[in-house]
Amino acid sequence: MPEAREPARLGYAGATRWFLLAALAALPLADLVVSGPDPWLELTRLLAGILRPEMLAVAGRSVVLTVAFAVLGVALGALAGLLLALVFARLGTVRALAAAMRSVHELFWALLLIQVTGLSPLTGILAIAIPYAGIFAKVFSEIIEEADLAADRVLPHRTDAVSRFAYARIPVLVGPFGTYLLYRLECGMRSTLVLGFIGLPTMGFELETYFRQGRYAEAAALVLVFYVLIGTRRIWVRPATLPFLLGGSVLALAWLTEPLAGDSIWQNLGRFLGQGIVPRPLRGADLSDPATWAALGTWLWQILANQALPGVVATLVLSQIALLGSGVLALVVFPLVCRSFAGVAGRPLGRVALVVLRSTPEYMLAYVLLQTLGPSMLPAAIALALHNGGIIGYLLGRHADALPYRPDAPRGINLYAYETVPRLYGQFLAYALYRWEIIVRESAIFGILGVATLGYFIDAAITELRLDTAMVLIAATGLLSLGIDALSRSLRRRLRIENRPVRLSAAATPATRSTPACA
Amino acid sequence: MLVDLRGAAAGYAGRPVLSDLDLTLRAGEHVAVLGRSGAGKSTLLNLLYQHLADRAALIPQAAALVGTLSVFHNVYMGRLDRYSTLRNLRMLAIPARAEVAEVQAVLAGVGMAEHLFRRAGALSGGQQQRVSVARALYNGRPVVIGDEPVSALDRLQGAEVLGRLAARHGTMVLAMHDIGLALAHARRILVLDQGRVVLDAPAADLAIADLLPFYA
Repeated sequence: MPEAREPARLGYAGATRWFLLAALAALPLADLVVSGPDPWLELTRLLAGILRPEMLAVAGRSVVLTVAFAVLGVALGALAGLLLALVFARLGTVRALAAAMRSVHELFWALLLIQVTGLSPLTGILAIAIPYAGIFAKVFSEIIEEADLAADRVLPHRTDAVSRFAYARIPVLVGPFGTYLLYRLECGMRSTLVLGFIGLPTMGFELETYFRQGRYAEAAALVLVFYVLIGTRRIWVRPATLPFLLGGSVLALAWLTEPLAGDSIWQNLGRFLGQGIVPRPLRGADLSDPATWAALGTWLWQILANQALPGVVATLVLSQIALLGSGVLALVVFPLVCRSFAGVAGRPLGRVALVVLRSTPEYMLAYVLLQTLGPSMLPAAIALALHNGGIIGYLLGRHADALPYRPDAPRGINLYAYETVPRLYGQFLAYALYRWEIIVRESAIFGILGVATLGYFIDAAITELRLDTAMVLIAATGLLSLGIDALSRSLRRRLRIENRPVRLSAAATPATRSTPACA
Repeated sequence: MLVDLRGAAAGYAGRPVLSDLDLTLRAGEHVAVLGRSGAGKSTLLNLLYQHLADRAALIPQAAALVGTLSVFHNVYMGRLDRYSTLRNLRMLAIPARAEVAEVQAVLAGVGMAEHLFRRAGALSGGQQQRVSVARALYNGRPVVIGDEPVSALDRLQGAEVLGRLAARHGTMVLAMHDIGLALAHARRILVLDQGRVVLDAPAADLAIADLLPFYA
């Protein structure tokens, strides 16, 4: 049997050089200026607010709704993802469907869903559930593939499928599924908060108001509550509390949100599918007339040339700069959470700092920085670099702690340069390449905040109710992130780092099983 | 006659391990399969297990337990096909007294009775192996196929477990690495080398010295 040809090997230094070059090439195209009237004054006011949070400003309703949206959205996404995962490996169409669902950011899903379901609870739940179902399908099917199914082979031949599943599969899978679910719930909380910035009644809605009015003390209190919620998730999310969380979330959404006003969902959906997303030249046109199709071609070309192309370029410019920033930051900060550098006393402090960075939704961070530094790519790049650099740095620190050093290893900067970084570099590249696709998706989203990436054109199109244009642009963002995902995977293969763990949930569990391939 | 292989071949992922193999297995035989590692013992056992299907219980090389379930449930798995789906599901939550007693008796035979409701993943390697053997004993098919089923036990325990297996299952085919133990408990010795049977003789006709050259 002929073996599959291995792709040509790429060196770590070579890959790093390419990314450096890409970021350098992007710099002249990027608009990295501080344009705010008085950024220092604004920053000092922000810091003053953070130091004196106004706890009385926290409204219980939005906190409860944030949890409720996250719990129900993630639960629905997990359920759908589990069903998709069962056939994921066998059906190409399911893989393509899952890829399409997860390639579109939850904020874009929300902007589309608002057209149909308005600002109703359904919008929030589905905006989380749809992209998460695509992610769950992929990750659950990977977990099923990686699972130790040796016991399944030993079962008597005629064991029925349900018993087989209940005894030899579910008990093996329930642990890793649970770990991943908890991690996703944390992501879901961040996503839900961000959905508030576009109008859903979560904590993000109040945060947006406070930030806009410069009431930083009130905003700081809300963010503090959010950190506490995330930090204590292991306490309030347990198998025993799940029924209460799910039931309570349903009740909270039923009582605390307003029902959809105006037309019914079905009327909206009819208008959305029948009118909104049908390309303008095709509406009520004679489909047998070649002129119709010529008009469609012109229409599509106009969108691609005037909006998609500049949007894609700006998205890539921002994400390459942010990726480089994240990488540099990660390499600088990981010693903070590492025993051999920060020491036993310093490590917990470093951890708190990086966990805070990781828990801060990058969208909110970008929003705040835009307020203080003024509109340009700079705040977006800083927000992305801080969030992703914090995440990668935290994970690298854990890997660094697991490295076995020889007893006479050097210390300090020599240890860092000669032992730690060289040995971690493959893992570092694996994480950075994995985050690349996420950074690109986020860069596109930041357009909603005014940076001229793809999201800017999408937001504009939706505001002007040009939903057909928005659909083309959203498809373009989806294709862009799928392309980056494919490129990242092929690079990881060529760097021979495709088996390193990249999933946060896996790396974030105690590093007892630190085998290189247990993603 | 249980299995009759003529010119059989087997392997993994297109790589042949066994080739041109002739082998018959009759009911009531106690066979020990010997040979260096990589000789094809595991492949031969898998081939036999496939042929025997419903008539055989398997003790794989790694204990292959479900670590998150209790010892009881791991042993009970040996009979999942004899009970209804509903009963199997109920047994996961509330083990029935009759089955618990039966499983406990089997576990007592391998010295594991006191670990009935411990998590299988928390056991030591030797303990896991004994649970794996108990699962086959509880399964109780006429043939048992074991890949080094006593490798993690000391000689005394190993001998006792082999005795239990012989008493419970009429026919045994076991891959082993302890020549002395093999000669004492098997009636037929099969030696494999590079995917071929190089010796097939009654154990009574052999001494340890006859088998050592195959390991040189």
